[in-house]
Order: sequence, then structure tokens, then C-alpha cells
Amino acid sequence: MVRVTTRINGDEVTFVCEPDETLLDVLRDRLNLTGAKEGCGTGDCGACSVTLDGRVVCSCLVLGAEAEGRQVGTVEGIARNGKLHPLQEKFLEFAALQCGVCTPGFLVAAKALLERNPDPTEAEIRFGLAGNLCRCTGYDKIVRAVQAAAAAMRKG
Amino acid sequence: MPLDAKFDPATHHFRLVGTRPLRPDGYDKVVGRARFGADASAPGMLVGRILRSPHPHARIRAIDTARAAKLPGVKAIVTRDDFKDGDPSLKDVLVNVMARDKALYDGHAVAAVAATSASVARKALKLIRVDYEILPHVTDVDEAMKPGAPILHGDMRTENIEPAPKKASNVASRCEFGHGDPEQGFKQADVVIERRFKTEATHQGYIEPHACLASVGSDGQGELWVCTQGHYMVRNTCAALVGMDVSKLRVTASEIGGGFGGKTTVFIEPVALALSRKAGKPVKLVMSREEVFRASGPTSSASMTVKIGVTRHGRITGAHADIRFQGGAFAGSPIELGAMSAFACYDLEHVKAVGWDVVTNRPKQAAYRAPGAPMVAFAVESVLDELAHKIGMDPVELRLKNTAKEGTRSSYGPKYNRIGLAACLEAARRHPHYEAPLGPNQGRGIAAGFWFNFGGQTCVSLNVNIDGTVALAVGTPDIGGSRASMCMMAAEELGIEYDKVRAIVADTSSLGYNDISEGSRVTFSTGLATIAAARDAIGKLCARAAKIWGIAPEAVVWENGRARPAGPNAGDFAPLSLAEIAKTAAKTGGPIAGHHEVNADGAGVSFAVHLCDAEVDPETGRVTIKRYTVVQDAGKAIHPSYVEGQFQGGAAQGIGWALNEEYVYGRDGRLQNPGFLDYRIPVASDLPMIDTVIVEVPNPGHPYGVRGVGETSIVPPLAAIDKAKAGKKRR
Ligand code: FES
Ligand code: FES
Repeated sequence: MVRVTTRINGDEVTFVCEPDETLLDVLRDRLNLTGAKEGCGTGDCGACSVTLDGRVVCSCLVLGAEAEGRQVGTVEGIARNGKLHPLQEKFLEFAALQCGVCTPGFLVAAKALLERNPDPTEAEIRFGLAGNLCRCTGYDKIVRAVQAAAAAMRKG
Repeated sequence: MPLDAKFDPATHHFRLVGTRPLRPDGYDKVVGRARFGADASAPGMLVGRILRSPHPHARIRAIDTARAAKLPGVKAIVTRDDFKDGDPSLKDVLVNVMARDKALYDGHAVAAVAATSASVARKALKLIRVDYEILPHVTDVDEAMKPGAPILHGDMRTENIEPAPKKASNVASRCEFGHGDPEQGFKQADVVIERRFKTEATHQGYIEPHACLASVGSDGQGELWVCTQGHYMVRNTCAALVGMDVSKLRVTASEIGGGFGGKTTVFIEPVALALSRKAGKPVKLVMSREEVFRASGPTSSASMTVKIGVTRHGRITGAHADIRFQGGAFAGSPIELGAMSAFACYDLEHVKAVGWDVVTNRPKQAAYRAPGAPMVAFAVESVLDELAHKIGMDPVELRLKNTAKEGTRSSYGPKYNRIGLAACLEAARRHPHYEAPLGPNQGRGIAAGFWFNFGGQTCVSLNVNIDGTVALAVGTPDIGGSRASMCMMAAEELGIEYDKVRAIVADTSSLGYNDISEGSRVTFSTGLATIAAARDAIGKLCARAAKIWGIAPEAVVWENGRARPAGPNAGDFAPLSLAEIAKTAAKTGGPIAGHHEVNADGAGVSFAVHLCDAEVDPETGRVTIKRYTVVQDAGKAIHPSYVEGQFQGGAAQGIGWALNEEYVYGRDGRLQNPGFLDYRIPVASDLPMIDTVIVEVPNPGHPYGVRGVGETSIVPPLAAIDKAKAGKKRR
């Protein structure tokens, strides 16, 4: 077992885990942060997306031990003080989720995308989110929700 | 409860139906709070894991679990010996859940363990010794039908052929639908085309793997938390397979991360219950993605021969299809649905479809969105397109000339009620997409599609709360926003605001039996039952108002969310709102609730027409979908955003099927691509926006005219895309 101290959604957290345990398993099974989902466990679906020092990673491909001294961001940290982020609002308004299992990963990835590029083209959104699979929506409403959120955020 | 003849949904002014309110479960899903199958845990919970056969076909001589059982942390092991034969109608389900004398496909479960951690469980699986006698295998449908093919089931005799065969084969049954005599029809044709097609199996590809949490006590009572499209089906099936009273197993449907038909049966649930009972502790069992691909239901693969004849003027004179589906290791591919749907779009005098249900060494197929229809539509629509080209007729025109209408005797028997295919074809032809100029290396395809839609057993309960809000309990898992639609229909009837109604998916002990969320039945059946339950409650609310006023209940009507005296003779009383009546319910007779139980029919068939532009890279052959339009009849769209979502999602799955999804079996009979890297479903950068047109031809079988919309959208894409790819050559 290894002892790890990290920051998750801004708060300091200490946990112990097996040396071969993934960050996704730590978040879900040890810290009860079940927002990130396991869709594949092999880095192909993006349902487990979290940020590590601001960069989007598949938490199923990161070891829990690697979080030592880093900043982890999960879907649970996107709304602040009970207020939804514009992306969350637009996902609801545009019906960008059907089953919603891919939604946490899309929100984490889209937030990072808009932080890098506040005014993305449709193609930039599509390629920026190409690491996240959605089987329900055909992506149309997801792309529109991200466009609308970007516009709302630019207005401030 | 059919559409009232005096009520026209097209002109009626709905207050809520047709608007786009936020879904009630949305907040939880964007903040990460919604609980899906793998998100539950319980104190003292063990981790379950399943050992699967690496062989496509092998006799299981012995299973030795002794060493695994001695590993510290292992609390229970189950094998075939823990699952006793019971209900013969569930035999295949049982054998699929846990192999008996033979492993029938790569991935077939042979044993399972429950242990204190995932790593102990994994180690334990490695210590289980299975003694296999490897047998020859077959995974291709045409090969499996040949004489001399390896036989899966020694007792399988083809049903419905004369004389009844004496020898075993892999052909489980034959079916036939149609009327008239196609041979005579072909004689009247100017052009007859016959083509052969093959389509590979695809997987539903839901992003959430199967997951459950089972807890069975030594008192024989159990709880099961599971992601499923039908928790009552899970309850009844599991109770039978593991030998429990139905009343002692309480099943709760978690939020479900996609199903598309693939979560309409049981795989891991009986195993988790058996492990939990043996260990005396809760057991969580979650499939890996690889297990999902290897051992949960893909579609059938198909081999088809279609022959159609037309006159120079575009009248179809005869149509024949011979369809072979392999449905994996057990009988029960959707061959009947495939054969029935083959020519359902058209009004034909001479039509016949013959189907063959074949078994192979592959996982047992499960329903996938309009099961059986997409591949058959691919074959039929492709031949029609070729015929249109041959006689120099616009492909929409050819279809319009032969379109099924109200009163048409369908190719599978019944006469159609009011249907919307002609309206969809007209709308497609009017759409700007139809005449838009194409770029270099681009082609355009069009295809039509049909789906039956289903009704089924449904039970709804609606409780009026003390503050005038309403709690609505339904028993159909919400696979795409249905709670929003139910709240809308209840609020519409009751005359209250949308956000005053809260819908939940009740567990199996809290509400009567409901069939699975499948067959595009939820908005239709649960919607119909919700409307009826609301009307039941309204009757009771009126009776309470009558009691307060001291007049006869018949003298009270419900209008805009209030009870009021029916006319001047009834008396002069100020109207009472739902909230006012609810507040005093204790004094007027106790709680107020509405209920409805029904085995709904009149689902109303559904049609769609898709338009697709594709560009083919002349150097690499890569196909890019440039533009896509879905036109479909929804009868009446309750929440248009989620109707559009069904159209778009089905189209995207169809695009995947047409372009890059396929089950690849090696010569060794093993699945070569059991992961999202090699089984590639469309990603955002593969697709354009998907335009939608909602056609509304009211379904006479629903009080608002609703038709199911979930499945038809995956039927036309295969042909539409194929024609778009090929179109370039023809223009
Ligand atoms: S679970 Fe990590 S990418 Fe799929
Ligand atoms: S909404 Fe179901 S996978 Fe995206």
C-alpha cells in the first residue's frame, strides 16, 4: 500500500492505495467520487476523464500513486458552490445527454477545451472531444451545447 | 385507451406537450451525482469476477476449484453445479449465464468467484482449472448451414420444415411471411434484380458495461441493484434461475448508461445472486469492456438474397427475400422480425420473405434497436435503388409509387391503420438537402425504414401530495429522457406546472409488473398509462370537490387544473385547485391517487426516410459523411429534443454499422476486436450535424397520437450510406 497526498477539486486529500491501483479506482472505490465512469479501462472511451494539473487524462490509465502532489479535477468539482458551470447549463438546455453516462467525461474534457480555446470552431470541438465516446446522441446536441457554452462564457 | 375521434393532436393546443423543459434527472447527471450500475456499494461488499472460456467450442470435462477456494480472501465460487435446471423455457438463458457440458463460444462463462478484493478475485480465477476437450467450431452463418458443419446442439432439429428432419443441424427453424405469388409477380416485371448481401454482427456499444450489486441473506430474501432495461424481467428471470420466490427478490433499476436492446436479458445478475447467497455477503459484479464484447449480446450477422421486379413505370410486381441470421450459440435470432419487416414499407400484391434461424459459436445475440430490421432493409432498399436507377426513375418517386398507406395489407399480415411513410417521403423530397448540389467525389443516398413498435404490460401510480405536487411512479427504466415526457403528460392532464410532477422509476416491490423498456414502447405505453392514471386521479379530485360542495360528483368537471361545478344547475361554487383539494384530503376521504394497469396495444408502426451525402477519398477510399438528414414520423412528439435525440443517435449507430463497426472472428474462433480501439464506434470528429424533421401523423392507438421513435432511426442508414458511397460512380 502507498500513502498519497493530493488535491482533488481544490481540497487536500490523503489516501492509501495499492501500487498498481488506477486513479479511477481510487476515486470511485476509495473516495466515493463515482462521477468519473469506467467505460473501457483501456483509454478508449473518455468516460473516466479527469484533469491532472489542468490537463485532461484518462484516469483509468493513471495510477493513484501518480496523483501525489498534483491537482486532480473531477466532474464533481465543476459546479461551484451549488452553481452550475455554463457547460452544465447548456448540456441540460440542449438535451446533450440521453443516458448521461458519458456526460461527466465530456464536461471535464469540454471545460479544458474551452479554457484552452474560448472560441473553437465546430471542427475544433469535434476533434477536441474525439477522445470521448457517446453512443446515444450522435454528438449533434453535445457539439451545440459546447458552442453555446463557449458563447455564454465569452460574454462572461 | 385510443385516440378520441373528436380529438385532433395536430390542432389541439397543448400547454406542455411539444415544449422542451429540462429533464428532472438532468441535474444529477451533469454534477456526477447520478448513480449508475457500478456506482453502488454496500458494507462488507465482495468483488465478483467471472472465468470465461478461451475456446469457441469445447466440452467441459471437469472444473477444479479446490486451489482457488483455498486462496485467502476467496469467499465463494460458483460453477454449473450451482445452477440447477428448472423452468425449461429459461434453459438457454441459464446455459448462457453459466456453461454446462460445453463452452459454446469464446467468452462463455464457466465459473465465478467472490473475493475480498479485485486482485484476490483475479488471482483466484487463475487457480481454477478447467479441463476442456476442444471441438471444431463454426462462426459464419453460411458455413454453419452447410452439411458437415460442426454441430452445436445434438438435439437441434430444424422446426417448421416438412418432412421434419431426423438429423441434427445448426438451423433452429424456418419462418415465412407474405402473400400472393412472387414468381407470378416477376413475370409481370420489366426489370428483375436479384442480389446477395452479407452484413457482420455489430454490438450495441452502450458506454456503461453491465453491472450489479446483489445481496442475499440466509433468510432467503434478496436485493439487487442493476443497470437494466427491465428490472421486472430481471427479477422474474433471476428468481427462477436461482430458485427464489419472486416476492423475496427486490430489484432496483439504477440509472442506465445506454442499452439499445442489449440490456433486455440477464448475464451476470444470477451469478452475482448465487455468489452472494453462497458467501452470505453483498457481491458487486461488473463486466469489463472486453467481457461486454465477448459475452453480451451483439446483433445477428446476416446473409440475404433479395429479388424484386418492377415495371418500367415503377410499379413493384413481386418481391422475395431469403434471409439467414445467425444469432450466436442459441436459437432465437430476430429472424422473424427481420423477415416480417423486409418489405413492410411497400404495398405489394406478391411478396414473400423466408427466414432461417441459425446457431454458431458466437455469443447469444441480444436485441439491438429494431432487431433484425437494419440488415434486411439494407438488402431490400439497395435492390430498390438499383431498380430505380435501371428504369431511370427518381428513387423517392419509386418508393412513393409503391408506398404502404392506411388500409394496405402489410407484407407480414395485418392491415395498416393511419401511417406516415408517404408523409416522410414527401418531406424528404421537399427538404433542401434533397436537391442540394454535391461536391467532387460525393454521392447521395436515400433509404426508407420501418419498425413495428410495441406496447405491452404497464403499470403506473400517481400520488397527489399534500402541497399540490404529484409523485409519479413508473416501472420502465428511463433510457433516454422518458421521465421528462411522463412528467409532461401528467402535468398536461392535471393542468398543473411541469415542475410540480416528479417521476421516479419504482423498484419491483413498490409497483406492479412492467415489461422491459424496449420495442420503442415507453413513451407510448407508459405515457398512455400515465395519462390514464392522471385521469383516474382527476375523477377522484372531482369527487372530493363534490363532497366539499355537497353536490353530485357527476356535476363537477376538471378544467385548467381546477374542479368547478359543471353548469349553473350544479351550484355556484368557486373552483378548487388541485393544491386546495390536496390540502384537505385527510378530511375528505384520505390520500388521493390515480392508477392504471394495462397490456397496451395499438402502438402504431413507425417509418423513416434518411438522406445521406458521403464523400469518398479517391486515393485512400476513406468515406466521410458530409451531410445527413433524418425524417421520421413520431405521431406526436412529446419532448421534441429527445425525439430528435433518438433520430440522431440511431442514425449515428447506423453510420457506425455501415462504415466501421464489425465483429471480427479469427480462424481460431476467437473475437479479434473486443475493445473500443479495434471495434471503432463513431466519434465526434467522424460525424456531421444530423438534421432532423419530425413528421407527425397521429397514432390512433394513443390518446395524444404518440408513436414510439426509438428504433426506426437505425433501419435506413446502412442502405442510405452505401448508396451515397456508390452514388458518385453513377452520376
Ligand atoms: S474508462 Fe478510461 S478511457 Fe474508458
Ligand atoms: S448520453 Fe449515453 S453515452 Fe452519451
